[in-house]
Amino acid sequence: MRLASLSMAGLDLRAGSVLGPARAEAVAGYGLAAPAFLLIVFLIFLPAFGVFVIAVTDWQFGARSLSFVGADNFVEMMDDATFRAAMFNTLLYVAVTVPATTMLGLGIALLIESGRSFRAFYRAAHFLPVMATLAAMAIAWEALLHPTIGLVNQLMGDLGLVRPNWLRDSALVLPTLMVIGIWQNLGLAMVLFLAGLKGIPRDLYEAADVDGADGWLDRLTTVTLPMLGPVSMFVSIIMALRAFEVFDTVRVLTQGGPGDASETLLHTLYVESFEFLRTGYGAAVTLVFLTIVVVLTLVQARVLDKRVHYT
Amino acid sequence: MPSVVVAGIEKRFGDTVAVDDVTLEIAQGEFLTLLGPSGCGKSTLLRIIAGLEPQTSGSVSIDGRVVDHLRPKQRDIAMVFQSYALYPHMTVSQNMALPLVMRQLTLAQRLPLIGRFLPGSRGARAAIEARVREVAAALEIDHLLGRKPGQLSGGQRQRVAVGRAMVRHPRVFLMDEPLSNLDAKLRVQMRAEIKELHRRLGITFLYVTHDQAEAMTMSDRVAVMMEGELLQVAPPKTIYAAPADMRVATFIGSPRINLLGGVVRGDGAVEVPTAVLDVAAGLSAGSTVTVGLRPESLALVEVNGRDTFRGTVRAVEHLGADLFVHAEVEGAAEPVILRADPAAHDGLAYGDAVCFAPRPGAALLFDGEGRRTGLDVPAPCGPSPALGLRLDDAAFRAAGPMTVPRPVDQWR
Repeated sequence: MRLASLSMAGLDLRAGSVLGPARAEAVAGYGLAAPAFLLIVFLIFLPAFGVFVIAVTDWQFGARSLSFVGADNFVEMMDDATFRAAMFNTLLYVAVTVPATTMLGLGIALLIESGRSFRAFYRAAHFLPVMATLAAMAIAWEALLHPTIGLVNQLMGDLGLVRPNWLRDSALVLPTLMVIGIWQNLGLAMVLFLAGLKGIPRDLYEAADVDGADGWLDRLTTVTLPMLGPVSMFVSIIMALRAFEVFDTVRVLTQGGPGDASETLLHTLYVESFEFLRTGYGAAVTLVFLTIVVVLTLVQARVLDKRVHYT
Repeated sequence: MPSVVVAGIEKRFGDTVAVDDVTLEIAQGEFLTLLGPSGCGKSTLLRIIAGLEPQTSGSVSIDGRVVDHLRPKQRDIAMVFQSYALYPHMTVSQNMALPLVMRQLTLAQRLPLIGRFLPGSRGARAAIEARVREVAAALEIDHLLGRKPGQLSGGQRQRVAVGRAMVRHPRVFLMDEPLSNLDAKLRVQMRAEIKELHRRLGITFLYVTHDQAEAMTMSDRVAVMMEGELLQVAPPKTIYAAPADMRVATFIGSPRINLLGGVVRGDGAVEVPTAVLDVAAGLSAGSTVTVGLRPESLALVEVNGRDTFRGTVRAVEHLGADLFVHAEVEGAAEPVILRADPAAHDGLAYGDAVCFAPRPGAALLFDGEGRRTGLDVPAPCGPSPALGLRLDDAAFRAAGPMTVPRPVDQWR
C-alpha cells in the first residue's frame, strides 16, 4: 500500500507541476526502495539491535524480569573455558577447512574441465553432499565412523591399522569434523570454480600457447589462476562464512564433546541460549559471532577486491 | 624457399567442411591476406598454420620445415588475435615480455621473488626489459608500459598485442582480424601502420580479414576464400580486375559488380539485355554466360551502338566525387549501377532515359559454374609470383583499362 501510494505520488508529480521532476523522481525512487529497506530493518537491523540489548542484561529465556548488567556477560565470556575452547576450535576449523575446500574444489574443477568424458557425472557426484541435509548426512557419517561396526574402522582393521574412536577421541574429533565439513562444501566450491573456468576466454589460452606458456603449470599460472581471481575471492568468502557456521555436525555427532574438544561458537551459542536458557549470555556470544562474520566479510572484500578485478 | 607452404589442408568439424583442400604458398617477406566473408574458413586456416587447431589432412611447412607435429610455441610464429587476448592481470610491459620470459628464462628463474636472485636471472631480465622498451618505443606505447589492459583504449590494446608479437623475431606474423574491433577512423590509420610495420620488419605477414578495403590496401597478394574453398590468389589489382570466379567478382568491389545474364551468339558476341557485347567468349553459340561489369567500366553515352544499354534512372547517389546511377534495364534482374562524372551529369533525375556502354574489354565473362571464361584467362591459383605487383601480368592486360581500386570505406 505504502509503495503504491508513494509511486503514485511520484508519477502524479511528474505529470503535474507542483514539484520539479527531480523531486518527483526522488519520491518514486524512495518508494521503490522502501519494501527492501523495510524488510532489512525488520528482519536484520531490529533483531540485531534486540540481540545487542539482551546481551547487556541477565535475561533468561521465559523470565518475566531482567536487569541491566552492563558488560558483565562479556567479562564472564573471557573467563569461560568453554567459550575460549569454542573460539579456538572454530578459528582452527575455519583456518583448515577454508583453504582445503577452496584448493580441493579448484583441483577437482580443473580435473573435470580438462577431461572430456563423464563430466556431468563427476559434477553431480561432487555436488551431491551440498544438496543433502547435513543433519541427515551427519547420521550417516556417525554410522560410518562407529568405532566397532563402522565401515571406516572395519576397513582400517582389515588393513591392519589402528581403529581409533573418531568421535570420542579429543585429539581426533575436530579433524574428523573438518573432513566432514570439507566433504560437504567441496561440491559448492567446485561448481563455482567450474563456472569461473567457463568464463575464461579461450583466446587467452591460445595466446599463452603461442607465447610459449604451454605447459600445464605455465598455463595455470599465466591464465587460469589469475583469471579465477574474482571467483576465488567469492569462494573463499562463502567457504569462510559456512565454516564459521559449523553447527549441524557438532550437534548431531558430538554435542561439543568429548569435554570441549569439538565445541564451536555456534554450538556454544545454542547451548547457552536454548539449553541453559541463559539468553543474555547467549546474546553476548552471538554478538561476538556477528562481529567476526561482518569483519571477515569486509576485510576479504576490501583486500581481495583490489587484487582481482582487472577492468 | 617459400616462407609458408600449405599443402592440401582440409579441416572437417563433423560433417561440415571448414577448409576444403587448400594449397597455398607464401613467399618470404610477403604480405598475404586471407579474405572472405565470415565463416568461410579463413580463420580456421590461420589457426591450423599457427598450430592452434589440428588439420584433418594435409600439411603445413614453415621455412621448409614440416610443422604439423609441432606446438604453436615451436613453430616460431607470432599471432595477433581479434580480441587481442592480452592478459588482463599483467601490465603492458609484462604482457609484452611474456613470450621472451617463457623462452629465455628457466622455470626456476620464472618463480616469483626467488627467481630474481638465481644466477643469470638478473641479466636475462634486464635484456628482456630493454627489448620490451625498444619495441614499445617503436610502437609509441612506452608511456603505457605500467598500465593494465583494462586501462587502455582499443587502439592502444591493439598496439600492445602487436608489440607482444614483435618482441621476439618470429618467422611468420599471423594476424586474425586485428582491426575489426576498432572504429572506422582508427582502422584506416592502423592499416597504414601495419603496412609500415611489415615494411620495416621485412618478415612474412599472414593477415586474415573480411574487410576488402584492408585486403586491397595492405596486401602483396590476396587469397580469397569462400565456403572453405580457396578461389583465387593474386595481387589486389588482379583480384579486382580479373577475378577468376563470379563469387570473387561479387565479393570485391563496392558498389558491387553488375551481373547480367547473356547468351553467346553465332558471331561470338554476347547478347545481354538491350545490348550486344563484342567480347571473345570462346564458347559455342547458344551457351549461357554471366557478364560482369564494374560500375566504373560503364559510361553514359549519347550515341546508340549495338553495345549500348538502354535504361531508366531509378536512383541517383551523389557522393561528392562520384555519382552513382542505378538504371533499370529491361530484362535485367537488378538495376545496373554505373559511375558517372558528377560535373557532367548533375541534372540526372528519377525516370530519365539513359544510354550507357562498357569500356572496351572491360566485360568479365563467367560460365554456368561461375568460373571466369573467355580467352586469355589465367589459372586462378597459379604459382607464387615475385613480390609486388606484376604489371605485365597477362591477366592484368586481359582485363583491359581499369581504375585503381579506390578506398571503399564510404560505402561500408
